[in-house]
Amino acid sequence: MTALTLTADATGKTAKARRTAWVPTLVLLLGTLYCLIPIAWVVIAATKDRSELFSTFSFAPGTGFFDNLSELNAYRDGIYWQWMANSVFYAGLGALLSAAVSAAGGYALGRFAFRGREFIFKLMLAGVLVPSIVLAIPQYLLLSKMGLADSYWSMLLPSILSPYGVYLVRIYAAASVPTELMEAARMDGASEWRIFSRIAVPMMMPGLITVFLFQFVAIWNNFLLPYVMLADDTKFPITLGLYTLLAQGASQPALYTLVITGCLLAILPLIGLFLVIQRFWSLDLLSGSIKS
Amino acid sequence: MTSTPLKGSDRTAVGPLADGTGTAQTVRPSRTGRRGRSAPYWFLVPALVLFAAFTVIPIGYAIWLSLHKVKIKGIGLGSGAREQVWNGLGNYTDVFQNSEFGHSVLRAFGYGLIVIPTMLGLALLFALMLDTPKARSAPFARLMIFLPYAVPGIIAALMWGFLYLPSVSPFYYLLDKFGLPQPNLFDGGNLYLSFANIAVWGGTGFNMIVIYTALRAIPQEIYEAARIDGASDLHIALKIKIPIVLPSLVLTFFFSVIATLQVFTEPMALKPLTNALPSSWSPLMAIYDSAFLKSDIYGASATAVVLALATFVLSFTLLRISDRYTREDAA
Repeated sequence: MTALTLTADATGKTAKARRTAWVPTLVLLLGTLYCLIPIAWVVIAATKDRSELFSTFSFAPGTGFFDNLSELNAYRDGIYWQWMANSVFYAGLGALLSAAVSAAGGYALGRFAFRGREFIFKLMLAGVLVPSIVLAIPQYLLLSKMGLADSYWSMLLPSILSPYGVYLVRIYAAASVPTELMEAARMDGASEWRIFSRIAVPMMMPGLITVFLFQFVAIWNNFLLPYVMLADDTKFPITLGLYTLLAQGASQPALYTLVITGCLLAILPLIGLFLVIQRFWSLDLLSGSIKS
Repeated sequence: MTSTPLKGSDRTAVGPLADGTGTAQTVRPSRTGRRGRSAPYWFLVPALVLFAAFTVIPIGYAIWLSLHKVKIKGIGLGSGAREQVWNGLGNYTDVFQNSEFGHSVLRAFGYGLIVIPTMLGLALLFALMLDTPKARSAPFARLMIFLPYAVPGIIAALMWGFLYLPSVSPFYYLLDKFGLPQPNLFDGGNLYLSFANIAVWGGTGFNMIVIYTALRAIPQEIYEAARIDGASDLHIALKIKIPIVLPSLVLTFFFSVIATLQVFTEPMALKPLTNALPSSWSPLMAIYDSAFLKSDIYGASATAVVLALATFVLSFTLLRISDRYTREDAA
């Protein structure tokens, strides 16, 4: 507490020279520990073979990682990698299309005054409030009438529109695309499409990357939609695939090691993605640009 | 017409939604020439088409289904034997007499009472600590606490599910070593804590970033002024920071309430590990159960519509309250 209540008599220019605030540092480290425990556990548990999993201490590394890996590879002719590829496809393409649709829509809402603007915007935002299952059931029934249920389309199409993405781009467009620049381009005879694609999109790029990443994570993490839409397990994304694996494993704990190794491999790409692009991802960007 | 200031154009969104990430940013409509008048509509076409196809029409279809039922002719065999007939509000009266759904809503509320205060309290605490100028390792901690957001909910639930299993969990190992009682985390009231922990683990980081982003948008001069007046970091946090980020807190609270009503992933993931979990534990599970396992899409649609209406009423009440509150605050 004393560290907290110490008044900062330094001028703020010499942050490094100040004394460490121990209470905040400790709180943050405890939070870090809590967040890392399951991840650390899954990393270690994936190295254990079946008997080690149930017999040795949880945080003692085992010897079976490569066996687990090859077993996972062999499981049903490598269907695990099919699930991974499906997830990459759903999340990658879905997020790309989502960023494009949000870019156009958010730009229109953020940089133009037109009749019905607020109505359209509020209506879309209200869409966020609709519980996912309220949409998923009729979407499934309608898509099956068109013969599209249990197809790649049934997972991809409902994932494209992100009201949150439109909202974010609207704010971002209003903050980062100067009206004067648009006017100047119009004076020079540029078409609206050209202004959008050549001027607005590059200026909104950090915001669009944020939308892409948000939607990528949202689609990758989605469980309810594929659970409702898909029956053919070669089209499953990784989330649903691992779930069905565990559901079978409930009757045969031999599959536990497969599920654990599968969990580890499934979270690695996303964690890697986060670490690599965190400079784009850091949301300071949004507030930072708006502040200036 | 185009140069007329639009009503409400000074606000980016309804109520506190605008203040969460927007930080008092105003949208200045551009004065488009006659030539560009139709442009915004063209830019909105893809979003509107998708919105119509995957939000408006499905909702309409769900409402239509909820007002119908199937009538079986004869012995119910053959293609013409099943016919959809008007059922008025019949499905809705069934919803309110269905105690299974009522119980699932109560369970969701109980779960929310644990999750929301814990998660938002931790998120606010971490955000304030990150914003303390002298805290060490803040960038590292920020990334690590945010990391669970990258883990799919179902995988987070699977990992925690294993950590709750006495045969593989390090916690049980420690409890055993110290001779402490070993609770069954898959039973009765403990189930709520087990689910809540997974949600808190997955959600705290995201909410922390939302609040932290709002904190970072506060001009540093305010703090300098407060420090010159002799305010401590603790005082600054309580008297300046928390009131300023209140709209973000309202926003995160609002989304957490909605997420709570829709809890699905955590209980679904732990279901294979325990027999103590009814298949209609949460409202969404109850709806899924009646639509696909009991094949009653009409009743399920009515239940879904009721849940959607309840979400709307709850949301608008919350927005109203927060709107009034923040306005009084500003005055």
